[in-house]
Amino acid sequence: MRIELTSVFVDDQRKALAFYTDVLGFVKRHDVPLGDAAWLTVVSPERPDGPELLLEPAGHPAVKPYRDALVEDGIPLIQLAVDDVHAEHQRLTARGVVFTQPPTDIGTAHVAVFDDTCGNLVQIVAMKPAAAQ
Amino acid sequence: MADIFHALDDETRRLVLDELAARDGLTLFDICTALVTRHGVSMSRQAVSQHLAVLESAGLVSTERRGRSKFHHFHPEPLAEITRRWPPDARSAP
Repeated sequence: MRIELTSVFVDDQRKALAFYTDVLGFVKRHDVPLGDAAWLTVVSPERPDGPELLLEPAGHPAVKPYRDALVEDGIPLIQLAVDDVHAEHQRLTARGVVFTQPPTDIGTAHVAVFDDTCGNLVQIVAMKPAAAQ
Repeated sequence: MADIFHALDDETRRLVLDELAARDGLTLFDICTALVTRHGVSMSRQAVSQHLAVLESAGLVSTERRGRSKFHHFHPEPLAEITRRWPPDARSAP
């Protein structure tokens, strides 16, 4: 068994694709039309054959209250690994991304949380060398 | 309405105020993260939320919605009641 794909609900698939590629820097992997929506995934350019992130339509009525409650309390829905949280914070802030948690040292890692403009909070994580195992 | 003496009579609530005094404008997630990583206080979000409600009721914490998230702010003003009631210079020097 392998983990090759995980998903995140997004308000609008095309807007989400633009954010996750143009702003964050991922690349589109699959874009298969499925009725009104698409099987739309992105991957990291550092690992084009690595795990895919599925940008899934948020149409189900249970999604909105679920995400609203998490966002209100500042709770991220996905975690993405980065080499340097401070550098990413600087790069993304310059591109207009809004952080709800600035770079924070939590002992074993540096973390920060931003709004993906598609309905989710995303945490970026850089594990400290000693804790990487 | 909780008074400040009750609000301050709890180590977790005092730690929450320490964190908000150090960096104003924290989400519930930030506060929980700070409690567990900086102070070793592992507590459910619901319990932390109840502590925040007591602090808010005493006027020591307020919340503000920015975007879709809720941020907590520290207001030390009610603490002036302590020095009003027991002024440091109330007793004449011996």
